[in-house]
Parts: sequence; structure tokens; C-alpha cells
Amino acid sequence: MIDNLDMSLVDWSRAQFALTAMYHWIFVPLTLGLSFIIAIMETIYVRTGKEEWKTTTKFWMKLFGINFAIGVATGIILEFEFGTNWSNYSWFVGDIFGAPLAIEGIMAFFMETTFIAVMFFGWKKVSKKFHLISTWLVAIGSNLSAYWILVANAWMQQPVGVTFNPETARNEMTNFWDVALSPMAVNKFLHTISSSYVLAAIFVVGVSAWYIMKKRDLAFARKSIIVAAIFGFLTSVYTIFSGDGSARQVASAQPMKFAALEGLYKGQEGAGLIAFGFFSTSESDPENENLKDFTLKLEIPNVLSYMAFLDWDAFVPGVKDLIDGNKKHNILSAEEKIRRGKIAIAKLREFKEAKKSGNKELETTLKNEFTSDAFQKEYFRYFGYGYITNTDQLIPHVPLMFYSFHLMVALGGYFLLFFVYVLYLIIRKKAIEKRWFLRLAIWTIPLAYLASQAGWVVAEVGRQPWVIQDLMPTMAAVSRISTGAVQVTFWLFAVVFTTLLIAEVRIMVKQIGFGPKGKGGNK
Amino acid sequence: MAGKKNLFVRIFKFYVEGFRSMTLGKTLWAIILLKLFIMFFVLKLFFFPNILKTNFETDEERGDHVLENLTSKTNE
Repeated sequence: MIDNLDMSLVDWSRAQFALTAMYHWIFVPLTLGLSFIIAIMETIYVRTGKEEWKTTTKFWMKLFGINFAIGVATGIILEFEFGTNWSNYSWFVGDIFGAPLAIEGIMAFFMETTFIAVMFFGWKKVSKKFHLISTWLVAIGSNLSAYWILVANAWMQQPVGVTFNPETARNEMTNFWDVALSPMAVNKFLHTISSSYVLAAIFVVGVSAWYIMKKRDLAFARKSIIVAAIFGFLTSVYTIFSGDGSARQVASAQPMKFAALEGLYKGQEGAGLIAFGFFSTSESDPENENLKDFTLKLEIPNVLSYMAFLDWDAFVPGVKDLIDGNKKHNILSAEEKIRRGKIAIAKLREFKEAKKSGNKELETTLKNEFTSDAFQKEYFRYFGYGYITNTDQLIPHVPLMFYSFHLMVALGGYFLLFFVYVLYLIIRKKAIEKRWFLRLAIWTIPLAYLASQAGWVVAEVGRQPWVIQDLMPTMAAVSRISTGAVQVTFWLFAVVFTTLLIAEVRIMVKQIGFGPKGKGGNK
Repeated sequence: MAGKKNLFVRIFKFYVEGFRSMTLGKTLWAIILLKLFIMFFVLKLFFFPNILKTNFETDEERGDHVLENLTSKTNE
């Protein structure tokens, strides 16, 4: 079946998933971050008893509500796609996805929906303290929901805590905590939420800057900027640390992704970090269009080695080491991994045929062989390589990776400087009214979204061709459905999501126009 | 028992009054409901069947089908 696979089906299915995930991610980070900013503002209100903080809290709560309402359930479509477009994959992952997603569903439903109701309906009906607790629980609940989704994503990047059962063709969880607390999951969660907090802080500063530019609701805008700038500064600093942790995790679990995001073709000891670079249009390797030469680059010696392994002189494998192998550093060649992957597939086939023929004894023997530690370690861990027909398929698009990664890092650095400058203005009691700064603050909002999306491009394009690292490439995961059907739904989604986005922006702009004192209340 | 009943009534009233007094919330709920309708009654029903659940009756059949897909001749 795989030999007859139409690659355009894989590409369209990937494009559809990417479109859905990217649109979904437009809504999520603002929800994650704004929920905490609102909770902080309400805490100030409860502690000081000042009504203006209540007004401020209610205004941002309203924008949170709009974003939440438009974005809620957009992620469910991804689950539909698993069942239709990626059926082999969704079966193969077994309960690994089911458990975290079920926890996420229960948590989201009970924590978020219950306390969101108190948050919006309860201002005059519950005590101040209970209302505040509800607001904090919405923030904690929505962030914990994100944790379980990211656990599922992290497992695809680094499958741990499971054993593959050849009888059912499913992975079975052997240790829940290995899955739930894998370093990949923890790092991914911390980096994702901290960067979302930065995005939300930028959103609050940017919208508040608009009020100052329009010379209206000045006290409200300044108060909002103070909270958001402090929150944004602290989370920006933390995002750099969590990003560092994530990079180290990628370097050890996904060396090809790491090499691609730095455009490192040939491995080096004491490898330098390319702080800035541009690719030429010519290929470094004429047979692989994903490998381009740099025309210009600024390299900081040894930093990449330190970033990857906390050792200035450590060896960082390049793309070619991972393809051709490197005996000195114990790196298997891609050809060898493909050979081992094919052996694993062949063994699974033998098992299937024994099962089909009803030969119980042979079936048991083969199952025992397949699930033995030695076979798992030597062969099954390369199972997915057995589907690879050309080693070039193992290399992600290097320029796209490099530019996405460097754009994300550069913007992350800019956001930190931005918050430092805002705090400087606040501490020095200097006017925030400078028009250039207000314009900059507004235009930083789309840049925050750009950085957030670029981060996901790094995470997801960088792990290609794998849908599950080393175990299952996209071509083995995809369902054999018609490409035309995927194309139709791709455009359908494009229309539905674009409509939702337009609705969100229009409603939000309208409410921002009404201002904190509002028209139509705060519900 | 009466206290429990009273609590449920209060929670029920809390939601009813909350929904009644919504302004912007009504528009947002309309969007949510429309979105859910499109998702579950159009997309899910007509475009996104769960292939394994639709085409096979038991988990064993589903497992065998995936096993077949995973082990069918690749590029040897």
C-alpha cells in the first residue's frame, strides 16, 4: 500500500493539519497569557479595593472572553483529522494520545467552564474572594489543559514510556509518569506557556498604547501597561531560559532538527552559533534542494556546542553526519537505520502472517522476539526508517527551519528589550506618550504572533519526515483517502477559520473602541 | 436534602440570570453554537468520518488493517 502512495495526499494532509493547527494557535496563546494578567489585575483590585482596577480587570476579561469564545473548540478539528486523515497514526499511538487528551478534556470542561461562568456572571453574586479564586482557577485550568496537549505533542517528538504490541498494532503505555513528565514535555510546556505570556503582555501594552495615542482612558491604559510590562519582562526573561532548555532537549532527542535550525551541515567540536545568516539560492548538495549554502553569516564560536551540551567543545552532529554516519562519535548512518527499520517491519510482517495462518506457536515466538529488549533497542527503535526510500527524505527544509528559528529568537530578544524600555519609562516616570513608541507598541502585537507561529514551525517542520520521531513517518501515518477530499476540506477550513478570525478581530476592535467603561456592560 | 436542593436551584438561577443579562455574550454564544454546528453536523458528519471506526466493527479488525498497512511491501 505504501509503495502505491500518492505523495500529494501526504502533502495535502500535512498542509491541512498545519493550516488547522496554525489557526488554532492564533487563539490559544492569548487565552493562556491574558488569563494570568487578568488574575493579577483582579488581585490588585481585591487588595486595594480601588474600583478602577475592577474596571480594568473587567475590560481585559471581556477581550479574553471574545478570544476564548472564538477560539474554543477549534482544536477539536485536529482530532477529527487524526481519525480521518491519519488513521494509521491514530491507531498506532494507542492510548498515549487518549490519556492526556482525556485528562485535558475533563480539566478543560470542569475547571474552565465552571469557573469561567463565575468569572463572567459572578461579579455581583459571589464574594470578592471567591470571584478572585475563580479567575485564578481559570488561568491555572487553561494552562494545565495546555500541559496535557503538549504532553501528547512531546511524545511524538520523543516517544517514551511505551511498548509496541504487535498483536494489536498499538503502542501501550508502560509508565504514565514517563510520558507525563518526560523532559521533552516539561520543556515544551514551559517554553510554550512562557512565550504565550509574553504575547499576551505585548497585546495588553499594544492595545493600551492605542488608548494613549487617542488620548483617552489614560489612567486605565497606564495601569494596564504597568502590569503587562512587569509580567512581560519577567516572562520574557524566563522564555529565554525555557527556550535554552528546549534547545538542549532537541539537540539530544532530535539531532537532525537541531542541525537544520542552525544550518549545520558538517558536525564540529566547539561548533559556533550562527547569530545571523542568509542562504544563497544555490544548493550545497546538488541532489538535495533543502541544503543551501550561506552567502552571509555571523558566527559566534563554540556557543552552539555549549547551547546543545553545556560544553564549549562538545561535538554537535551536522546534517551530513546524521546521514552518512560518524564512527568516531558513534552515529549510525541513515542507510544503516533504514536497514534496521526494514528488519523490524519484516519481523512484524512475519508475525502478521503467522497470526493469519493460525500458527499459534510461531506467533508467540515471533511476538517474544519482537518485544524483546534487544530487538526493541537494536531494530524497533528505527522502525520508521524502514519506510524511507531516499535518505534525503530525512532532512527537513533547512532554510525554512533556520529562518523560522532565528526570527523567533530575534523577536524574543526584541520583546525583552521592548519591555525593558517600557519599564525604564515607568520607573523614571518618563512620559509613555511618545508617538513613535506608541506606534511601535501597537505594531509589536503582530510580531508577537509571528514569533509564536515561527516557534511551532521550528517544532513541527523540524521533525519531518516524522509524525512520531524515528517510529512513523508521515507517509506511513496517512490514511488512504482521496487527495481531492483533503483538498476540499483544506479550502473549507481556510474559509471557516478565516471567517472566525475576521469575526474575532472585528468584535475585539469594536469593544476596544468602546473602551473600559464600555457600551453594553462587561458581560 | 432541602439545603442540597436549594444549592442546585441557586446554581441553576445563577446560570439563567447570567445568560439573561448577557449583552456581548449573546453574540459570542451565537458564534460558538454556529461554529459547533458547522464542526459537528457538517464537517464531522460529511467530511471527517473516523475511517477505522466506520469501516471495521471490532478493534481486532482495526488492528489487523493497520498491521496490514504497516507491513505491506514498502520499497524492498
